[in-house]
Amino acid sequence: MTFPILSIIVFTPIVAGVIILLLPAERKGWIRGVALLASAVALLLSVVAYFSYDIPQGGYQMVQKIPWLPAWGISYHIGVDGLSLPLVLLTGVVMFTGVLISWGVDDRPREFFGFLFILATGVFGVFVSLDLFQLFFFYEIAVFPMYLLIAIWGWQKTREYAAMKLTLYLFIGSVVALVGALAMFFASGLHTFDMLELERAGFSGAFQRIWFPVVFFGFGVLGGLFPFHNWSPDGHVAAPTAVSMFHAGVLMKLGAFAALRVGIMLLPEGAKVHLPWIIFLALVNVVYGALIAMVQTDFKYVIGFSSVSHMGLVMLGFASLSREGYIGSGLQMFSHGVMTALFFAVVGMVYDRAHTRDIPKLGGFARKMPVVAIAFIVGGLVSMGMPGLSGFIAEFPIFLGVWSAQPIVAMIAALGIVVTAAYIMIIVRRVFFGPMPEEFEGHIGDVTPLDKLALGVLSFILIALGVFPAWMAPLVASGVNSVMRLLGGA
Amino acid sequence: MDFINSHLLSLILFTPTVAAAVVMLLPGAQPKLLRWVALLASLVPLALSLVAWMRFDMFAGGFQFEELAGWYTSIGSNYHLGVDGLSLPMVLLTTLLTPLCILAAFSIQERVRVFLALFLLLETGMLGVFLSLDLLLFFVFWEVGLVPMYFLINQWGSKNRDYASLKFLIYTMGGSLGLLLAIQMLRMVTGTFDLPVLYERWPSLDQSLFGLPIATVKTIAFWAFTVAFAIKVPIWPFHTWLPDAHTEAPTAGSMILAGVLLKLGAYGFLRLVLPLYPAQAQAFAWVLALLAVAAIVFGAFASWGQTDFKRLVAYSSVNHMGFVVLGIAAAAWARGTASAADAVIAMNGAVLQMFNHGLSAAGMFFLVGVLYERTHTRELNDYGGLFPLAPIYGGILIFTSMGSLGLPGLGGFVSEFLVVRGSWPIFPVFTAIAMLGLLLTGAYVLKAIQKVLHGPVNARWKETALEIAPREVVAIAPLMVLMLVIGLWPAWLLNVINAAVSRLFG
Repeated sequence: MTFPILSIIVFTPIVAGVIILLLPAERKGWIRGVALLASAVALLLSVVAYFSYDIPQGGYQMVQKIPWLPAWGISYHIGVDGLSLPLVLLTGVVMFTGVLISWGVDDRPREFFGFLFILATGVFGVFVSLDLFQLFFFYEIAVFPMYLLIAIWGWQKTREYAAMKLTLYLFIGSVVALVGALAMFFASGLHTFDMLELERAGFSGAFQRIWFPVVFFGFGVLGGLFPFHNWSPDGHVAAPTAVSMFHAGVLMKLGAFAALRVGIMLLPEGAKVHLPWIIFLALVNVVYGALIAMVQTDFKYVIGFSSVSHMGLVMLGFASLSREGYIGSGLQMFSHGVMTALFFAVVGMVYDRAHTRDIPKLGGFARKMPVVAIAFIVGGLVSMGMPGLSGFIAEFPIFLGVWSAQPIVAMIAALGIVVTAAYIMIIVRRVFFGPMPEEFEGHIGDVTPLDKLALGVLSFILIALGVFPAWMAPLVASGVNSVMRLLGGA
Repeated sequence: MDFINSHLLSLILFTPTVAAAVVMLLPGAQPKLLRWVALLASLVPLALSLVAWMRFDMFAGGFQFEELAGWYTSIGSNYHLGVDGLSLPMVLLTTLLTPLCILAAFSIQERVRVFLALFLLLETGMLGVFLSLDLLLFFVFWEVGLVPMYFLINQWGSKNRDYASLKFLIYTMGGSLGLLLAIQMLRMVTGTFDLPVLYERWPSLDQSLFGLPIATVKTIAFWAFTVAFAIKVPIWPFHTWLPDAHTEAPTAGSMILAGVLLKLGAYGFLRLVLPLYPAQAQAFAWVLALLAVAAIVFGAFASWGQTDFKRLVAYSSVNHMGFVVLGIAAAAWARGTASAADAVIAMNGAVLQMFNHGLSAAGMFFLVGVLYERTHTRELNDYGGLFPLAPIYGGILIFTSMGSLGLPGLGGFVSEFLVVRGSWPIFPVFTAIAMLGLLLTGAYVLKAIQKVLHGPVNARWKETALEIAPREVVAIAPLMVLMLVIGLWPAWLLNVINAAVSRLFG
């Protein structure tokens, strides 16, 4: 039997989470040590998995299948392809950096890290699932700890409201998607939840047309698709820093990824019917999200809405139904994940020191924390799609794809880029440059070396992908091949 | 040696990036060390581009020193570099001006390390535009250069820098949005980003697209390209970012902005617009010519009306770049007609004017900076009678101004004469008006000299040491020598340009 690397990646966090919960609460050093070790192991293994994927061979690799509930056709079936593998790596990166910047969490760190790690297992699990039932299982594992993490450690003013709103939105979304999944299970007549078999089930055109929107929107809620994006900025803002990083960086990808894997890949005929109009919803995401972000005065809300805008690009790529569009979306999920994790980390660091996120009240932080300023500028440039950074590498193919589908949408969506450039530059100037308000002088210090390490890792990835797309683009392209086969062949 | 031979252009392109990284790793508390490292490092690309100049075979067609490697192969973009007679002079100009700018920036005291690193990154960005033979790569470098420039203005600029830098960024990014969309459309239709391939495929394309006739689509794409480049040149009425950006930028930033960044726009016309859209360029050449004349005349008047020395020089760039565009417009119009020979002359003039303006504008901004550092004012009315206080500075200023004004014997005259000579048979009316503009150029340059150097000595400066320092003389001397050499013996440069221009537009 080969080394079950994916299973180990998936279960390392939850095992660590349980160990952490069993430790005595006052042993904060131990708790952090276990957390750091576990996240380092998960990151390391996801890097190993990432680079051991054989691109020319393609398809699902590192597959493992064990019967789980054979009577229902449910099995523990995992594997990765070119679309999910970058997301596994992303989760590893965000988890590791999230632990680094949460080093200072002093309020019940045991429960905090425990829940965070349970969440991480859920996320890893969804990305590697090849069984529909199992996918939902991990999906719920990922969503549930979110509620506690936000409601307990969140921003006092809105945490209860935001946590409740987020949980309700996401549960309703997943229930709707689950109904769709059950419909597939019964309609296929194959008596299995195995997605590889369901891909070949040959659902009738009428069935696909009816059920595709159910599944796609059900998951699309978590992906922040307009008009169901409303939970996400509130959730992002209320969550504690590491959770915001997870939340915007990884969880939103969960929605987009599941919408792709379950919606588009299992119901390709339905996708071809509905996506041509869904593209307009995604367009609203991109432009409207950017415009809303521009008028925010709360630093964290700006980033929250920028996520809505950028996830719209992912959906736009899906909706273009073209090879380039999917390559772009695959890369954008990774790039946006890293970028937004970086953003939220920076926002957290500024907030921890200034105790306000009101942009007009901030200023001059570059002198006190130069590394943070540089990291934010790198993230900002990624966000505005500056060539040489990963955002451009991801967004360019998306636009190429949209051109072939709806030229007019490409032209309008491009406006989002200029709006993004404007608000990013304004924030950089207001928060990091200019004079520092009196009240901050003296007591604002630089961030810790661990914080700098986290920012360094994230920035490095963004630059590396921007300059050398070759370490990820061909992998994603190989994953897109199978999507194209399904869309073209059906 | 083999590596240098086969990767000459890559070395030119990325030495500044490596140097920027090295500078960032050095201790920030030693500005002297940083400055010298940056200066010496920036001499390497200059030496390498001189090597390229020597080895360049002007009679061979096509691109030379080509390099091709996979870059973003999933969407078909490659790392494809090469130079021809149009880009090589621009590469030389860039690598020449950068060390001089760094030398000029020795007076920067604040955050020297970051300043120098950004400056070196900017050089890579500019060189990349001139060297790219892949449309996506071209766009990458086109945009990348914006970021360092933004921060140079925003962090080291003068009073109104926030406004100026954001205006510069949004203007240029807004302009390149159309370029980006048009590039995507080109890629979708032709399936390639490779310029030599695109030159063949795209103009001859004649199917309909998106339900529109191909001519309409091409016209829209033509304008998308044209607006992006027009903003950068800048062509009237897209020039309003320029006076602000120039005036607020630190001296070295203004030098490189006027010296090289504006050339990127003109180069875009030469490299992309004319070859890709010959028919559209011909049809709309009169619009370009009209705007060019407007830039020449209005630029000169605006310049004349300034009381801020730096703003005066900034508007003079609008005026001088107008001649470049006039030459390009004339060449676009007359290509393939009976007056093709005139087109070649006009185009020669345009390319040479790009080079010459690079020298004279950089020189002028430098001299403004020298004076500003000593007096902390740019107001022309605050100066007066400085010649006896700073005789060497005065001499240099007069010499450089004459180069800018187009005095025979200096570079500017040769190129402006060629543009006017070439455009005359093609656009007689426009050219005639442009020549009136030339008269105004004389007027504002002389006004500046008079206000600064002559007249009664302003008592304020009697105690100030105004004379130019030896380091500063070293920074400007190469520019003066080149202006004189090109003015007296332009053949060394014109032969290379002419060989390329005749092949492309003859």
